[in-house]
Amino acid sequence: MSEVILQIDGKEVSATEGMTVLQAARSAGIFIPTLCYHEKLEPFAGCRLCIVEAEASGESRLIVSCVSAVEKDLVIKTRSERVDRIRKTLLELLLAHAPDSPKLQDLAVEYGADKNRFEKDASFCVHCGLCVRYCAEVVKKNAVGFVGRGTKKEICFVPEIASVECNDCKECFPLCPTSYLQAAFVLTEALAFPNTSSEPDSE
Amino acid sequence: MARINSPEKLEKARQEILSRRKPDAPCISICAGAGCLAFGASEVIDAFKAEVEKQGLTVDVDIKKTGCPGFCERGPVVVIFPEEICYLQVKPQDVPEIVSQTIKEKKIVERLLYVDPTTDEKAIHESDIPFYKNQQRNIICDNIKIDSKILDDYLAIGGYEALSKVLFQMSADDVLAEVKASQLRGRGGAGFPVWRKWEGTRNSPGEIKYLVVNADEGDPGAFMDRALLEGNPHSILEGLIIGAHTIGSNEGYFYVRQEYPLAMENLGIAIRQAKEYGLLGKDILGSGFDFNVEVHRGAGAFVCGEETALLRSLEGKPGEPTPRPPYPAVKGLWEKPTNINNVETWANIPLIINKGGAAFASTGTEGSKGTKIFSLVGKITNTGLVEVPMGITLNDIIYKIGGGIPGGKKFKAVQTGGPSGGCIPAEQLNLEVGFDELTKAGSMMGSGGMIVLDEDTCMVDVARYFIDFLTEESCGKCVPCREGLRQMHTILTRITRGEGREGDIELLEVLAETAKEASLCALGKSAPNPFLSTLRYFRDEYDAHIKEKRCPALSCKELISYYIEPDKCQACMICLKKCPVDAIEGGKKKIHVIIQEKCTNCGECFEACPSKFGAIKKLSGEPVPPPIPEAERTFVKKSKEK
Repeated sequence: MSEVILQIDGKEVSATEGMTVLQAARSAGIFIPTLCYHEKLEPFAGCRLCIVEAEASGESRLIVSCVSAVEKDLVIKTRSERVDRIRKTLLELLLAHAPDSPKLQDLAVEYGADKNRFEKDASFCVHCGLCVRYCAEVVKKNAVGFVGRGTKKEICFVPEIASVECNDCKECFPLCPTSYLQAAFVLTEALAFPNTSSEPDSE
Repeated sequence: MARINSPEKLEKARQEILSRRKPDAPCISICAGAGCLAFGASEVIDAFKAEVEKQGLTVDVDIKKTGCPGFCERGPVVVIFPEEICYLQVKPQDVPEIVSQTIKEKKIVERLLYVDPTTDEKAIHESDIPFYKNQQRNIICDNIKIDSKILDDYLAIGGYEALSKVLFQMSADDVLAEVKASQLRGRGGAGFPVWRKWEGTRNSPGEIKYLVVNADEGDPGAFMDRALLEGNPHSILEGLIIGAHTIGSNEGYFYVRQEYPLAMENLGIAIRQAKEYGLLGKDILGSGFDFNVEVHRGAGAFVCGEETALLRSLEGKPGEPTPRPPYPAVKGLWEKPTNINNVETWANIPLIINKGGAAFASTGTEGSKGTKIFSLVGKITNTGLVEVPMGITLNDIIYKIGGGIPGGKKFKAVQTGGPSGGCIPAEQLNLEVGFDELTKAGSMMGSGGMIVLDEDTCMVDVARYFIDFLTEESCGKCVPCREGLRQMHTILTRITRGEGREGDIELLEVLAETAKEASLCALGKSAPNPFLSTLRYFRDEYDAHIKEKRCPALSCKELISYYIEPDKCQACMICLKKCPVDAIEGGKKKIHVIIQEKCTNCGECFEACPSKFGAIKKLSGEPVPPPIPEAERTFVKKSKEK
């Protein structure tokens, strides 16, 4: 693997070919906010928070750093007026779903995001897919998945698998940026496998 | 039919087919496309078969169930060859007369001809009808000549000649050079140069490469690809095999929209017949080249028309787009180099090979060559499919071909490019149609949808409608699209309900920018277009809704009131009886009054009031005049009329 030199926030960064801009930045100790990224998982590119400005041959464009490969002489700005404005709006959109998420609140302070800017729909899940992908890619159990599409999409435990696998694992719980996942599991547990649940359901 | 295993034998087979056909014998072609079938074309076809048999003409007369020629507004369409007499809106009861008059006596059935609404002149031949006359039909013209279920029909008009030429007389470089010279750009929406995609896939390392036909035509009101799939599937197949040979692929897929059962059927038949003839499968035409295709039926998601989502769906995964790069040409279906083109793009390929790339490029504008099929729908006199040269003006499409706006209404805008396209206003009707031209005007070519809007259309509501569609169809993977569209929809909805707030436009602009800049795929990136283009050209309508709570087009239900003008009301009771909520007071000889508190703004009374009275008025942004006092409601006849 050959070495690629690029510039991030004015700092010369050495990366190896095939690395993403996000990886290169992290290796150089430069912070780029992420929500759906996890080093053990394939990049998802869903939250778009890691968007950065990239300059190459005089042209500036926005790229999503978790899925953009490093290139020689690339000039990256992890903060700019444009980037900050987009991140702020993205955070505000997410806060409409999960206003109490500590991770989102911290970022909201950084980017001046107003959690009341958009009409609330407190569904808590922000569709980062960390739980779904972690269970599929790392644990390889597929006990939790997405159902539905678009705005109606939600996470859902598969009772048949969850009843066997989840109690002893629960590795996905701390990944959830809004703690909603745990609630979803407790609900599934209560409804689907009453024997292990603390509050047995009448059905 | 025995397999054809050389170009000579293909030519021989063609000559045999032609020798069996009598070019002067009458042939009755009836459109069996989805539009005409909905108008009852099946019954017309049955009636022709029965009548021809009854009159003892079975041997002499050919009856053909063909593809869609485009004039859907006047279906079922019947064309009688060789004279090319075109009858419109044919019903089964017209059939005996057509057979005895036109087929036997060579006389015209006048009442079934097209009548020009302005000149009252009748058009006998298809080519005399203004709708057709002003088109340039290079691709769709074959639809009416062939029964897509019969491969011989396609061979009779020179089908697979281009493929034979490619396999035996041209190198892959030659083919690529022709496609490059044609400057053909993808017809599916993005308008990417076809040769570049082909070259990219061809040069990508790897033994296995795939080709895909994107037939997931999902834009509301668009049916160009359906007409080709149903009416001339072999032209697409031929283009695909040519592409396969050029790119170096032995396996292809058709990804067909779930809602197209007839297209699936006709395509399946075409593939089976092409295999039987040796035009598909192993050792095509004896050239040693193998190529197989499979047909995959979509499951009804609009986003699967996006190429990466389509590929994931083909792999059996959820139809969600994945980031590009890697582009499909490098890493596509099952991580192999894959070339995806739209139906119409593939159908252009045989034409380019037969006529030459330079000839193809002689039509069009600087950046857009050849012809393009549009589906012309909405408030337009001649609804249907039109194929026009690139560079034609919107004005020519809407007025010369489309016949203008029905009902004496004024043209307001034309929405092009599918749901994430934009609206182009009357001031820009001289715009030349092309990829770059439409993008510059704030809209896009898309796959060729063209929805005409008249003065009664509220542009804010149009934006709300398309954003609603896109919100429903967003895959939900990325935040700016899923959440941004949802919020845009909420805000647009409240504006059309008269609940718009100061600052809403700015809020929409921020969401539009975020979706445009930060979305993962083209659906999200282009989704704000309906809002942005209507704001660009019709900002005053947004302002009227938000600031004055007024809908200038008198369309938004929550912002209008119905009012009966006392001096025009003839106390005829028609509207009163129609009202579903008993909100109209009055009686015989008693002037009618709408009780505003009860009225649900359904508009039934407005539609019911005879146009010669025109007593019901829509009001918006102004107070409804108080009802006339009881004492003055007695109706006094002003003239003799009852």
